[in-house]
Amino acid sequence: MATRGFSGRGRTPSGQDRLPPGQYTTADFPVLSLGPTPRVSLDTWRFTLRVGPKPVKQWTWDEFNRLPMTGVTQDIHCVTKWSKYDTAWEGVSIDDLLADAGLDAPTPWVLAHSFDDYTTNVPFADLAGGRGMVALRYAGQPIDADHGGPARLLVPHLYFWKSAKWVNGLQFTQQDVAGFWELRGYHMYGDPWREQRYSGD
Amino acid sequence: MVPTPKRQWQVARVAAIETLTPRIKGFHFTLPEPPAFTAGQHMDVRLVAPDGYEAQRSYSIASAPERPDRIELAIERLEDGEVSSFFHDVVQVGDEIELRGPLGGHFVWSVEDGGPILLIGGGSGVVPLMSMVRHHAARASSIPVTLVTSARTAVDLLYLDEQRRLQANGVFRLVARVTREAAATPDLGSGRIDRPLLQGVLDAMPDPRIVFVCGSNPFVGTVADLLLDLGVTAGRIRTERFGG
Repeated sequence: MATRGFSGRGRTPSGQDRLPPGQYTTADFPVLSLGPTPRVSLDTWRFTLRVGPKPVKQWTWDEFNRLPMTGVTQDIHCVTKWSKYDTAWEGVSIDDLLADAGLDAPTPWVLAHSFDDYTTNVPFADLAGGRGMVALRYAGQPIDADHGGPARLLVPHLYFWKSAKWVNGLQFTQQDVAGFWELRGYHMYGDPWREQRYSGD
Repeated sequence: MVPTPKRQWQVARVAAIETLTPRIKGFHFTLPEPPAFTAGQHMDVRLVAPDGYEAQRSYSIASAPERPDRIELAIERLEDGEVSSFFHDVVQVGDEIELRGPLGGHFVWSVEDGGPILLIGGGSGVVPLMSMVRHHAARASSIPVTLVTSARTAVDLLYLDEQRRLQANGVFRLVARVTREAAATPDLGSGRIDRPLLQGVLDAMPDPRIVFVCGSNPFVGTVADLLLDLGVTAGRIRTERFGG
């Protein structure tokens, strides 16, 4: 249905093919979180890889920073409608993380965990092959706490709630387990190009 | 429990437009299928140009769940806001606008969730909190509710007159502050929401079940940090950040 009087002055003709439906671009980096920004000390920071309930590998901050670092520059898309082009991240790819743990993906499903008890599910296929990382730096600097620092998951081809802030672990699960927002009406997969915002989309 | 979202787009009719503050208007919609929602949830709005280009935004519901037949969205005019300026400059009573929702299942409260509850809103961050306050009043609940609100000047304080009236029930308490002018009436304070103010609020309500904080990111960040410093556990603080 066309809206009376609306012509749309926000469109950016050259960028339409890189802007998913219903999104608009912003130069800012808005912050969305469900609660207070957690106070995470690097001294006690740990990242844990689990298979089901069982921890199979844990890294301290120093150990994690000695893993191979990968840089990516990607567009990101938030379900609240903003998109930001060309965000530059540096971190440890999930491929390198699993290689360091000597682990082959035991199941196709991953649940990411965070220091604030946030969780979100991402299929392993969307983390492997260089598609996902645990990011430690944004735009050449350590990631601000507001934006998920010291470390956040980065899965830029899915809506950004999948890129869990303050991430402290990945867990392989026996089935696709809904995380925090997925339990509250948001889509299990979250592909911006198919506009999978809410369950049923 | 939070109602299952209605995800289909509905064509809503603008039933009334109210100027709430110099920068914020309230848009009252009637929907073919009135949505069952919980206070704190939002609706998505979709504008479509004749060539198919569309713009979407989320806006918090200001009205009470008891009145699903008339949904109020309060929309602040943002600098360069494609959608907000369309609402402020073009939309008229009788227009048809596409909406879907309710959406959001975390920043929500109903009297069944219990209390006491503390609501802290900066500027237009009061909108979802007002839905909770109106719900509380519509249900004639005895749960203690305190609303701490701040805006630049007294005319920027959203729904101030209604909040003042609601205090008469004795269980709803309003603490309002203006940040950029001297308070002109005795029930308004001057200055930002700071530690002494929140300390006083928590002295009067020592063990809030949930604290809801809504506003700009700097506002929410500052208030949430103060609450943590004052001993409120992180699990009891729910935030919603506007802007960007």
